[in-house]
Amino acid sequence: MIDVMLYLGAFLLLCGSAFTLLAAIGILRLPDLYTRMHAASKAGAVGGGMVLLAVALVCFEGAVALRAIIGVLFLLLTTPVSAHLLARASHRAGYIPNKITVLDEIQTIKKSQSGP
Amino acid sequence: MNLLLLTIVLALIWAAISGSFSGLNLLLGTAIAIVALYLLRDFVTKPRALRQLRRIASLALLFVYELVVSAIRVAIVVLTPNLRAALRPAIVAVPLTVKSDAEITLLANLITLTPGTLSIDVSKDRSVLYVHVLTLSTREALIADIATGFEAKVKAVFA
Repeated sequence: MIDVMLYLGAFLLLCGSAFTLLAAIGILRLPDLYTRMHAASKAGAVGGGMVLLAVALVCFEGAVALRAIIGVLFLLLTTPVSAHLLARASHRAGYIPNKITVLDEIQTIKKSQSGP
Repeated sequence: MNLLLLTIVLALIWAAISGSFSGLNLLLGTAIAIVALYLLRDFVTKPRALRQLRRIASLALLFVYELVVSAIRVAIVVLTPNLRAALRPAIVAVPLTVKSDAEITLLANLITLTPGTLSIDVSKDRSVLYVHVLTLSTREALIADIATGFEAKVKAVFA
């Protein structure tokens, strides 16, 4: 039983680290803030959550495990809010999406309202 | 009765977070719970029926599944050698059928954590949610996807 938990914990730790690494690569490679937030909010949240779950599995202490699990919940609650706010703030500040963006309906609506 | 239950639950969460279930700590947790509930007294709504717990659980399961799929999909996109060809980013105006603040908040957060979508803004009249998409197929497909998936589930939870 202890072995199973240790192996499962190690597996989760590896997966979590891999996702976190991929999130970092995504932030480097993707072209603009909006696409980068995809990598940071999803791969980042899953990676961080998996690492915390691994901690909960291998620590063998109820209080620590409970806090790690609550940590996962808070991570899942707060990450989308911060990603949303960053994207919203930059769009309001006039940060223009990268040229390869095929459609921006906020812009088209603003133009149709201010235009003749 | 409902407030009493909420107080107990909040006190237990406090004890769990601070890692000690001693009498004094539970008492402190209860005090904090009472203060928090007093501050939020206008927002604590009527007790929800038990059957809604099942709907909430179903939404949570869907969410975890979509989250993992989403992370894997972003990972694949990130590792594509020719990144610019793989991307079709777009900002789409998705019409909202849910109306209350709580529903829109929940839906927007769920959208952010699911495959290829990120909510950016809500229009002033709350009728439209602006969503950023990583790889757009067609805008109609995306809108239908959100309406039949999460929006329906969110409505069921709040119904």
